[in-house]
Amino acid sequence: MAETTGNDAFVEFERVQKSYDGETLVVKDLNLTMPKGEFLTMLGPSGSGKTTCLMMLAGFETATHGDIRLGGVSINNIPPHKRGIGMVFQNYALFPHMTVAENLSFPLEVRKIGKAEREEKVKRALDMVQMGAFGGRRPAQLSGGQQQRIALARALVFEAELVLMDEPLGALDKQLREHMQFEIKRIADNLGITVVYVTHDQTEALTMSDRVAVFDDGVIQQLAPPDVLYEEPQNSFVAQFIGENNTLEGVVKEISGDRCLVQLDDGELIDAKPVNVSKVGERTRVSIRPERVEYNKDRLQEGAHTLKAEVLEFIYMGDIFRTRLRVAGNDEFIIKTRNAPDQVRLQPGTQIEIGWLPQDCRALDA
Amino acid sequence: MSDLKSTGPQTADAPTPEDAFHEVAALEAKDAQEDIHDERVKGPVLAADGTPLKRSLNRALRMQKMRAMMLIAPLLIFVLITFIFPILQMLWRSVENEIVSQTLPNTVIALEQWDEKSGELPPEDVYAAFVKDMKVAVANKTHTKLGTRLNYEQTGLSSLFRKSGRKIKKWDPETGGPFKEKLIKVNKGWGDVTTWQTIKLHSSPITAGYFLNAVDMRLTPDGVAMQPENKQILLKLFGRTFVMSLVITFACIALGYPVAWLLANLPARSANMLMILVLLPFWTSLLVRTSAWKVMLQQQGVINDTLVWLGLVDDANRLVMINNQFGTIVAMTHILLPFMILPMYSVMQTIPPSYLRAAKSLGATNWTAFWRVYFPQTVPGIGAGSILVFILAIGYYITPEIVGGTKGVFISNRIAYHISSSLNWGLAAALGTILLAVVLILYWAYDKIVGIDNVKLG
Repeated sequence: MAETTGNDAFVEFERVQKSYDGETLVVKDLNLTMPKGEFLTMLGPSGSGKTTCLMMLAGFETATHGDIRLGGVSINNIPPHKRGIGMVFQNYALFPHMTVAENLSFPLEVRKIGKAEREEKVKRALDMVQMGAFGGRRPAQLSGGQQQRIALARALVFEAELVLMDEPLGALDKQLREHMQFEIKRIADNLGITVVYVTHDQTEALTMSDRVAVFDDGVIQQLAPPDVLYEEPQNSFVAQFIGENNTLEGVVKEISGDRCLVQLDDGELIDAKPVNVSKVGERTRVSIRPERVEYNKDRLQEGAHTLKAEVLEFIYMGDIFRTRLRVAGNDEFIIKTRNAPDQVRLQPGTQIEIGWLPQDCRALDA
Repeated sequence: MSDLKSTGPQTADAPTPEDAFHEVAALEAKDAQEDIHDERVKGPVLAADGTPLKRSLNRALRMQKMRAMMLIAPLLIFVLITFIFPILQMLWRSVENEIVSQTLPNTVIALEQWDEKSGELPPEDVYAAFVKDMKVAVANKTHTKLGTRLNYEQTGLSSLFRKSGRKIKKWDPETGGPFKEKLIKVNKGWGDVTTWQTIKLHSSPITAGYFLNAVDMRLTPDGVAMQPENKQILLKLFGRTFVMSLVITFACIALGYPVAWLLANLPARSANMLMILVLLPFWTSLLVRTSAWKVMLQQQGVINDTLVWLGLVDDANRLVMINNQFGTIVAMTHILLPFMILPMYSVMQTIPPSYLRAAKSLGATNWTAFWRVYFPQTVPGIGAGSILVFILAIGYYITPEIVGGTKGVFISNRIAYHISSSLNWGLAAALGTILLAVVLILYWAYDKIVGIDNVKLG
C-alpha cells in the first residue's frame, strides 16, 4: 500500500461526456488528471455532474463519449467488480444481514483470500478505524459515526489504491463530521491511497483536499488547491460558491498589468485585480472576501480608493463579528472582523469608510 | 413509601435549629436530599399526589383504553361468534362422543362388568338393559343416529340398529325376557362378540377414536391398531396435501421472485402496469379462474390442441394434464402466486440499489452480489410469502375439487366429503384439527428457525 507516489497520471478523464436522455449533457467534455496519492474533491451544487463522474469512475455509469483511464489502462469496458476501486457510499451501504467483520471480510472472500489472512486483514482494518472491538456487531447496532468508520474500513480492507467517497459524511452531525474529516484525511495520508471525494460541502472540500474540482453545469469551473481556490477564484461562480463573498458590479475603466480600475454602477471608483476581464469597457463583477475588507485607514495602502458605507446590522458570533453594510447600493455587503480586545463594535447607522488591498479584490466575469 | 413521605421533610429540616454552622446544615440537608433521591430510585416511583406512578398512569389511560376497546368491539364480537367459537366447537366435536352413553345409559353400565377380551357374548342382563334402552331410543328416534355413529367404527351396525329397532319397539322390556336369544334371532349381529366390543369401546363420553381414524388407525379391544389396508387413505392424503403444498410453494417462489424483482426495480409507470397484471387474478372469480384452467389443460383443450397442431404431440397421445396432481399444482400455483409476489415485492422495495453497487465495487460478480447480498435481504419476504401460500394451499378445497380428479385432491376435499356426504362430523373435525395443528406447528418451527420478526409483509 505504501508505495512511492509518482507524478505520473493515475486517474485520467479525457474528453468525457455523459448524457442520460440523449438530449442534455450532464457532464460536458471533462478532462482531469490525478497523480497517485492525491486527495481530490469534486465539489459542486446538486445536479452539477460530480456524482455522475464518480459513478463513471466506479463503473456504475458508462461514459457516453471519451476515455477514462486508471493507471494508464482504459477502464471503459471493465465491469465495476474488476476495477478494484474501493468505494464509500452516501448511506454507507453496509450489508445489514452481516456482522461488521463479515462486511469487511466480504471483499476478501470474493477475492478468494484464505481464512487466516482474511481475519488478519479485517482485524488490521478495524484497528485502523479504531473499531477493533465491534467486529461481532451488526451495522444496525452501530451509531452513524461508527457505521461511517466501518464503511471506510470496508473500502480499504482489500488494499485498493483508489478509493471513491460519495458524500460519506452527509448523514453525520456537525461535530462528528468535522472529526471524521480529519480522520479520513489522516488515514488516506498514512496509506498513501488516491482518493476521489464527492461533496457539496465546501468546508469539507477545503479542509480535506489536496486539490478541489469545482463543478457546475457539467463543467469543471476551477481545479486548484484549496488556498488558491479560496483566494484566487477564476470566475464568479467559484467566488460565490466557495466561502462567503461580496460582489459589486461595474465597468472596467482602466487596465494596467495586474491592476485595474472599476467604476461601480453608482459611479464610485475602486481598485481591483483583473482576472476574467481583458478590455476597457467590459462589464465586471468584482469579488472581495468579507475578512479582507478594511475600515481602519491606517492599514490601507497608500493611495487606495475607499468607499463610503453605512452600518446596517451588527452580529456577534463569538470568535468573529459580522457586520452588514450598505456599500454602493448593495445592502448585503458583509465584513468580518476578529473578536480582538481592541476591536470596535460598529453600531447600526454609523457611517464608515472601507477599503481593501487591490490584490484582494478580483474583477471577474459579469 | 409512606414512611418516606413523613421522614423526608423532617430530616431535611432537622439540622437547622441546633447547628450553628450553616455549612454543616447545608451539607446535611444535601445529604438528606440525596437519601430521598436514592430511596426514590429503589422504591416505586410516586406521582405528585403520592399515589404510585403506575396506578396513576393506568387511571389516566383508562379512558383511552376503553374508547379503543369500544372501537374494536364490533369486530371482536364478530370474530368471536363467526370464527373463534366455531373453531372451539370443531375442536370439541373431534373428541365428543356422548351419543353412546346417552342413548344406551343402562347398557353401558351393564357392559362394564363384561370382559370384552374373553371372546364370549355378554350376559343376559346386558341384553335386557339394551332392550330397555332401545325402547326409549326408538320412541325418541335416536337409535338410527347411534347406528350411524357406530357404523363409522364397524360397517353394518347402522342397518343392524335400524332393523332391530322396528322389532324391539313391540317388546316389553319388563316381561318380554330373556332377550339374549330373542335378539340373536332377530339379527345374528347381536350374537357377534365384535358388535358388543364396538359398543363398549366407544361408550366413553370422550373418545380419541376420531383422531385415530383420521390417521388411519382404530380402537380395538387389544388397543390401538392400524385400519385394514383397504381403508387406509387419510395418511396418504395428508402426505399428498403436504407434498403438493410444498411443490406449489416452491413453484410460487420460483415464478414470483423475478416478477417481484421487476416490480421493485422497474420505473413507476411500467411497475404499475405490471402490478395490475399481478392483481388481475384477484379481481376475477376463483371459479372462473379454475374453470379457465380446465379449458386450457383438458385433453381437447387449448394447450393440447396447440401442441398437436405444432406436431409436438401425437393426436392419439394427447397429454393428460388435468384431473391429476399436475392440474392441481398448475392451477393452484397460478391462483396463489399473488400471495407470494406481494410480500416479496414489498420487501424488495425497501432494499436500496446501493447495496448491490457496494457489493460490486467490493469485487463481487453480479451473481455473487445477488446471492450473498441481495438474496439474503429478501428472505423475510420469501418467508412471509411462503407461509401465506403454504397455509392457504394446505387447506385449499375448491381448485383441487374441480381440477384434481381423484389423484389430485387434498385432505380438505375429504373433510368436505365427511361434512356433507358421509356426515361423519367427528372425523371431519378431527381432520380439521390436525390440519390446524400442523399449521401451528409449522408456524412455530418457522419462528424458531427464521424468527417471525423476520417476516415482513410491507
